[in-house]
Amino acid sequence: MSSTYFDHNATTALDSRVLESMLPFMTAQHGNPTSRHSFGRHARSAIERAREQVADAVNAHPSQVIFTSGGTEANNLAVTGIAGRYGASQIVVSDIEHPCISRPAQALQQRGWKLAVLPVDRHGVVQESGVEELLRTETSLLSVMLANNETGVLQKVAGIAAIARKHGVTVHTDAVQALGKMRVDFAELNVHAMTLSSHKINGPQGAGALILDKRIDIEPVIHGGGQEKGLRSGTENVAAIVGFGAACELLNARLLQEPGRIRQMREHLETGLKKLGAVIFGAEVERLPNTSFFAFNEIEGETLVMALDRKGFAVASGSACSSDSSEPSAVLLAMGVEADLAKGAIRTSLGAGNSAEQIDSFLAVLAGEIARLRHLTAVAV
Amino acid sequence: MTVKTPIYLDYSATTPVDPRVAEKMIPYITEFFGNPASRSHSFGWTAEKAVENAREEVAKLVNADPREIVWTSGATESNNLAIKGAAHFYSGKGKHIITVMTEHKAVIDPVRELEREGFEATFLQPEPNGLVDIEKFKAAIRPDTVLASVMFVNNEIGVIQDIEAIGNICREHGIIFHVDAAQATGKVAIDLEKLPVDLMSFSAHKTYGPKGIGALYVRRKPRVRLEAQMHGGGHERGLRSGTLATHQIVGMGEAFRIAREEMELENARIRRLRDRLLAGLQEIDEVYVNGDLKQRVPHNLNISFNFVEGESLIMAVKDIAVSSGSACTSASLEPSYVLRALGRSDELAHSSIRFSIGRFTTEEDVDYTVALMKSKIGKLRELSPLWEMHQEGIDLSKVEWAAH
Repeated sequence: MSSTYFDHNATTALDSRVLESMLPFMTAQHGNPTSRHSFGRHARSAIERAREQVADAVNAHPSQVIFTSGGTEANNLAVTGIAGRYGASQIVVSDIEHPCISRPAQALQQRGWKLAVLPVDRHGVVQESGVEELLRTETSLLSVMLANNETGVLQKVAGIAAIARKHGVTVHTDAVQALGKMRVDFAELNVHAMTLSSHKINGPQGAGALILDKRIDIEPVIHGGGQEKGLRSGTENVAAIVGFGAACELLNARLLQEPGRIRQMREHLETGLKKLGAVIFGAEVERLPNTSFFAFNEIEGETLVMALDRKGFAVASGSACSSDSSEPSAVLLAMGVEADLAKGAIRTSLGAGNSAEQIDSFLAVLAGEIARLRHLTAVAV
Repeated sequence: MTVKTPIYLDYSATTPVDPRVAEKMIPYITEFFGNPASRSHSFGWTAEKAVENAREEVAKLVNADPREIVWTSGATESNNLAIKGAAHFYSGKGKHIITVMTEHKAVIDPVRELEREGFEATFLQPEPNGLVDIEKFKAAIRPDTVLASVMFVNNEIGVIQDIEAIGNICREHGIIFHVDAAQATGKVAIDLEKLPVDLMSFSAHKTYGPKGIGALYVRRKPRVRLEAQMHGGGHERGLRSGTLATHQIVGMGEAFRIAREEMELENARIRRLRDRLLAGLQEIDEVYVNGDLKQRVPHNLNISFNFVEGESLIMAVKDIAVSSGSACTSASLEPSYVLRALGRSDELAHSSIRFSIGRFTTEEDVDYTVALMKSKIGKLRELSPLWEMHQEGIDLSKVEWAAH
């Protein structure tokens, strides 16, 4: 059983203050926000308060916040809702987007849209240079994530957005992994739409948001009762939305101290990893302070991850959402990493609960496991 | 008599989370917080196991195979996935859909959306009692009908449609049959081994579970195919991507377990309360029950109070939390489209109240409500010139009103 959690990019533990804010809405305050009686009005005002908290955290206006069931739904809404509204045209996405951007884009492609992919360099940075050329074709949406979930590499979203705006193209960024780990400023990024998720910032699973410039026409993905100004129907998940808001409110204080502490832990970790001979992906460029994506030559990632779990460390082999498959990471392949090395990739993502001692014991265990696995491989050969 | 006001009589809009459900949920947002898609560590496995246990509980309530249950963010999403997903997948076979005018918006709006995409839809008018006439349903079938969607229990009037009969007709004609059962779980017995239904939508928060979680039943034999509406990490076998909210799923599982175990006793208790409420309200003159009283869940009582103005009625009964029309439409002042589909006049539709009774309703709540309604209706009618005319024996339907 693992006891040390190094998988904060997959999901995070709920902050106890967030839980406290949610509890009343999981029990006594049970109204349906659409109801007009006092139970309903109470739920409605809780949602509106959360809307302000979310907006404040990313320098947006509350009226720009559309609550969804999570990041996946918000990304689907951005791609299908914006590009879909335009009619068949070009969609531009980067080569390292999360599947909840690339798959809805591919679904539109099957219905007649043109899909163009922005390549990344060997560090995992999306190349601005090709953008101008691509946008000569009529484009309904360009989407580039703010920070990659696997490597943590930051993208030059504001720069790309500036080019896109020159061409009158709507820009979306998936900021799910960035939120809580760095300052995220909707206005400064200069994008039209941005995706956020609650459970990556010590909020509950089941809530997310699309921040949307109201001048952008968008079509709902879920039709029904007309909630969220008709853009997202369905009874609101009040408790989760309240928790998302509370988690957002905690962010500003957290961003003052935590990234520095976590960055230090990561440096400590990566110094140790390099000593063990790890290749660290994206290490030469700007990354989220908590993420390390690395591999050891001739060691299978899946095997190592399982061995680490038995020793008490929860890490990921690739992103949680794709951990069902044993395919090498698509992000690494896009960066030009050899498939064999990519198959060995392991991700650690640090968070609120981690300490320098945990890093030390992790490095010690890792050294032992690598020696053991190398020995086994040698014997097998 | 001591009752705490406002009294909650709006269980069809949403139900409180049962304390047993909340208790079961909390460890999964605190201690066992893993992402069930994380396959590489025990945090993930613990979450996944909890998700699968809950899937079994949901399947058990409706006698389905757990593999037939797909998690969604709620019944609205389930309805969207079922209707758009099936219509798109089978569009090669035909583009005609049959549904009913009294469906929830979460069915009507996706069907309307499909109409914009080039599908054709028939919206059947129910009989004045709210029930679908099977012969009329048959008559609506065309050679290109691919999908029918009929709700199990109506959210506003509580009537129970004859799902088995409609399903059999659909089977005969090779039509995919979807049923919105958001209002049915825990209120009527559902046996999907026997019922000829292909797709069925469920919600947790109408059955004492949390908001933000629902499920779609997708039949395996004969297999029903859908086009996914939400794409991404490939969760739920590709039918519905997105990180599963473990604690909410756990909550839905527990809520459905309780429903399965307690449904029979609870419904008997609720029926007694409903009968008491009905008997009390029927002592008031000029009240009309909307929807069939027999083929109906006991939880719902929808009543129109004649000669009372709707808005002032709602204002007058602030001590009880009830709904005028469905919660999802109560933001608008349009009279309920469900009641209008039954042929109710705008006036009677406007002056209707849906009382919905649930697990925590007491006899005292009911008695208080009856007394309150009697007194408030009496006062409002004293102020009403229409009531006065009615008392004088004037037939209001024959009055020619002057334009102004």
